[in-house]
Amino acid sequence: MDRRTFLKAGAGVAAIGASGGASAPALSQGAAARTLRFVPQANLANFDPIWGTQYVVRNAAVLVWDTLYGFDERLQPQRQMVEGEETSSDGKTWTFKLREGLRFHDNEPVRARDVVASINRWMPRDPMGQLLRAINVELSAVDDRTFRWVLSAPFPKMTMALGKNATPMCFIMPERIASRFDSFTQINEYVGSGPMRFVRNEWVPGARSVFQKFDQYVPRNEPASWLAGGKRMMVDRIEWVIMPDPATASAALQNGEIDWWENPITDLVPVLRRNRNILVDIADPLGNIGSFRMNHLHAPFNNLKVRQAVMTALSQDDYMGAVVGNDPALRKTLGGFFTPDTPLYTEEGGEMLKMANLERGRQLLRESGYNNEPVICVVAQDQPITKAQGDVTADLLKRLGMNVDFVATDWGTVGQRRAMKNPPNQGGWSMFHTWHAGADAINPVVYNAVRANGDGAWFGWPNIPAVEAEVPNWLAANNLAEERAAIGRLNRAAVENVVYCPTGFFLSYQAWRRNVTGITKGPIPFAWGVSKS
Amino acid sequence: MFAYVVRRVLATIPVMAVVALFVFSLLYIAPGDPAAVIAGDQATPDDVERIRASLGLDRPYLVRFGAWVFDILRGDLGVSIFTNLPVSLMIKQRLEPTLSLMVVTLILAVSIAVPMGVIAAARVGTFIDKLVMGFAVLGFSVPVFVVGYLLAYIFALELEWLPVQGYTPFSNGFFPWMENLILPAIALGSVYIALIARITRASMLEVLQQDYIRTARAKGAGLRSILFLHALKNAAVPIVTVIGIGIALLIGGAVVTESVFAIPGLGRLTVDAILRRDYPVIQGVVLLFSFTYVLVNLIIDILYTLFDPRIRY
Repeated sequence: MDRRTFLKAGAGVAAIGASGGASAPALSQGAAARTLRFVPQANLANFDPIWGTQYVVRNAAVLVWDTLYGFDERLQPQRQMVEGEETSSDGKTWTFKLREGLRFHDNEPVRARDVVASINRWMPRDPMGQLLRAINVELSAVDDRTFRWVLSAPFPKMTMALGKNATPMCFIMPERIASRFDSFTQINEYVGSGPMRFVRNEWVPGARSVFQKFDQYVPRNEPASWLAGGKRMMVDRIEWVIMPDPATASAALQNGEIDWWENPITDLVPVLRRNRNILVDIADPLGNIGSFRMNHLHAPFNNLKVRQAVMTALSQDDYMGAVVGNDPALRKTLGGFFTPDTPLYTEEGGEMLKMANLERGRQLLRESGYNNEPVICVVAQDQPITKAQGDVTADLLKRLGMNVDFVATDWGTVGQRRAMKNPPNQGGWSMFHTWHAGADAINPVVYNAVRANGDGAWFGWPNIPAVEAEVPNWLAANNLAEERAAIGRLNRAAVENVVYCPTGFFLSYQAWRRNVTGITKGPIPFAWGVSKS
Repeated sequence: MFAYVVRRVLATIPVMAVVALFVFSLLYIAPGDPAAVIAGDQATPDDVERIRASLGLDRPYLVRFGAWVFDILRGDLGVSIFTNLPVSLMIKQRLEPTLSLMVVTLILAVSIAVPMGVIAAARVGTFIDKLVMGFAVLGFSVPVFVVGYLLAYIFALELEWLPVQGYTPFSNGFFPWMENLILPAIALGSVYIALIARITRASMLEVLQQDYIRTARAKGAGLRSILFLHALKNAAVPIVTVIGIGIALLIGGAVVTESVFAIPGLGRLTVDAILRRDYPVIQGVVLLFSFTYVLVNLIIDILYTLFDPRIRY
């Protein structure tokens, strides 16, 4: 019994006498051990993983909705709700069979028509879904457990598309919900197919979200591995406690008021490590890629040599020092655009990324004919990662000899302004900072930021046919060697033409109380297999 | 008096209308886009545009304002862009923690600050007076969040007497409710205590110079009776005024305090809504705060008549 419990007990005895038993009934130790209190990275402000594609929504959604396939820790899609699949000899027809015993949280069975409706709702929002939609001939339920997808062209990456962990994931919802709300309208009923139920009446957006174990969920027999295998819940209840202030979360973890904190800031990690009741480890081995994007439509960054000057001069060490400090375990210098230590990572043609040569950058800038046009550098100050990167960039551009107009603002404003195609001096922008989850940077279809298809590309709108030419080559590749060859060429073209500037690869920590076991490293805080004593 | 109250209540209608127009217009011209936040960082510009259209954010100013006013007149504050929940429900969910925090802070502050100010005035120039004024300066100077962190460190982490964060509803019992409010109320109340103590002292000093106090002393009245029966009531008008003004201070301070102590109150709801550009929530909360402030002023005006019978409306 700790001091506070003892004092509370004393106060409780006094309270019973004073108030005639006005104090709350104590939570039994067993009940406390079956409730996992978790501090997520952000507030769960909405709960429709198709409509709102923020990571925090995806992370909550994996508890509530299951998927047909799921990525394992080797980034390979494995069957999840699907029992098996068959592909026609021409690769254009896929027939899937669902596992037996799948149920929604309203106790209705999961039927093939639910899957069809869910896929139809997911496709318009997802890059891989959009590719499938473009070649869709017919997606239909054959019987309650079987559905067939006829395509006009082969799509070898089908299971990857249906099982990927990049947002939006293809979650399976009841047909009555998935068909009632289009992809751009938010659902208002949360009937899941996964291991936990969402307790809507306890949801206080910005403060708390509660998930209750769904007893009728049938996990697979294989051991859990990220989104694949048996999702066995070892706790009955998970409470997401939103804490906007990291110092408060740190104190609450130390005080035993929470069990698991998804993303402690680097500054507080030494304090947590000193506490013998707390464990700290890397959260997601796939990490994040820091970045700034330049506007390819307007001067000065519509000039390739100017973009090359900036990329040549930037030092990833400077950026990563500002973002995660000097801990070498948390950072890597990138020679390519994709996530390090994943199958498609390559440094082919990536020399410029690691150059960090200010003098060479200045020379390229002189050769570019840069005419002192202002660089409108829009930096969100309310996001520590973007703020740190923005400060480094402003200094870099000044040392290069560029005319920097530093616009300090918040993330909401950056979100609006970066969508504007106007010239920078008419409300537009020249550059903004962000970062990409490593899990989203493992192939060129889910990785919007590396695409260079002009108006269809991500903000900055790069138009580089040499990059785009390799995307279908990767899609059509039949083996890893072919995939890697296509990605090597893509990486070279993306670096030479400076699609955007990666500022380095960084990892972050997670922290939890020692009485919590089963926490794994992964791109999502996987709660299955996690228990508390 | 009744006619005055009715007049004042009716006067709140144009005030609220101006506030509503101002808030709506300010949000309309403010930069930021909720559709971009909803769509997430991986969304394409087309996705953002479609979400904007589905939320009706692409409609002209007058159309949006007209629809909002129409809803307000029907008592409907609208639906949050993000959560899809009615704004009135979101406010209801957050009302109790903020009200609890403010009430406890108010009681704590008044019960500490008024005696402090009275004692300082009675012992003017002495060590006690200097101590009270020193505390007041400290209360004004140290930001609420610093006091909050300090209290949490000492009483939660080191002594393990109280929780660091959170809120327990009153329905779970008085003590669990109070346990979560003690530290935030002290943190939030520190500025408020300083303000009320200073005003009480100044007001009391002025009253204590009056002839009737000298008369009371001459008649042999005891110090306690002079201070609390004769002087304090006459010094009360400025004190009550400051307590009223301080409600605005509390509303502002609650935003910080609720963040530091992770209390799910209206302050945090407001900040979250502003950061995400959740317009219906911002509009609803600001209207509520404005109405509260107008109401508090009305109550203060009515209280004047209780403390000073010369005041008549």
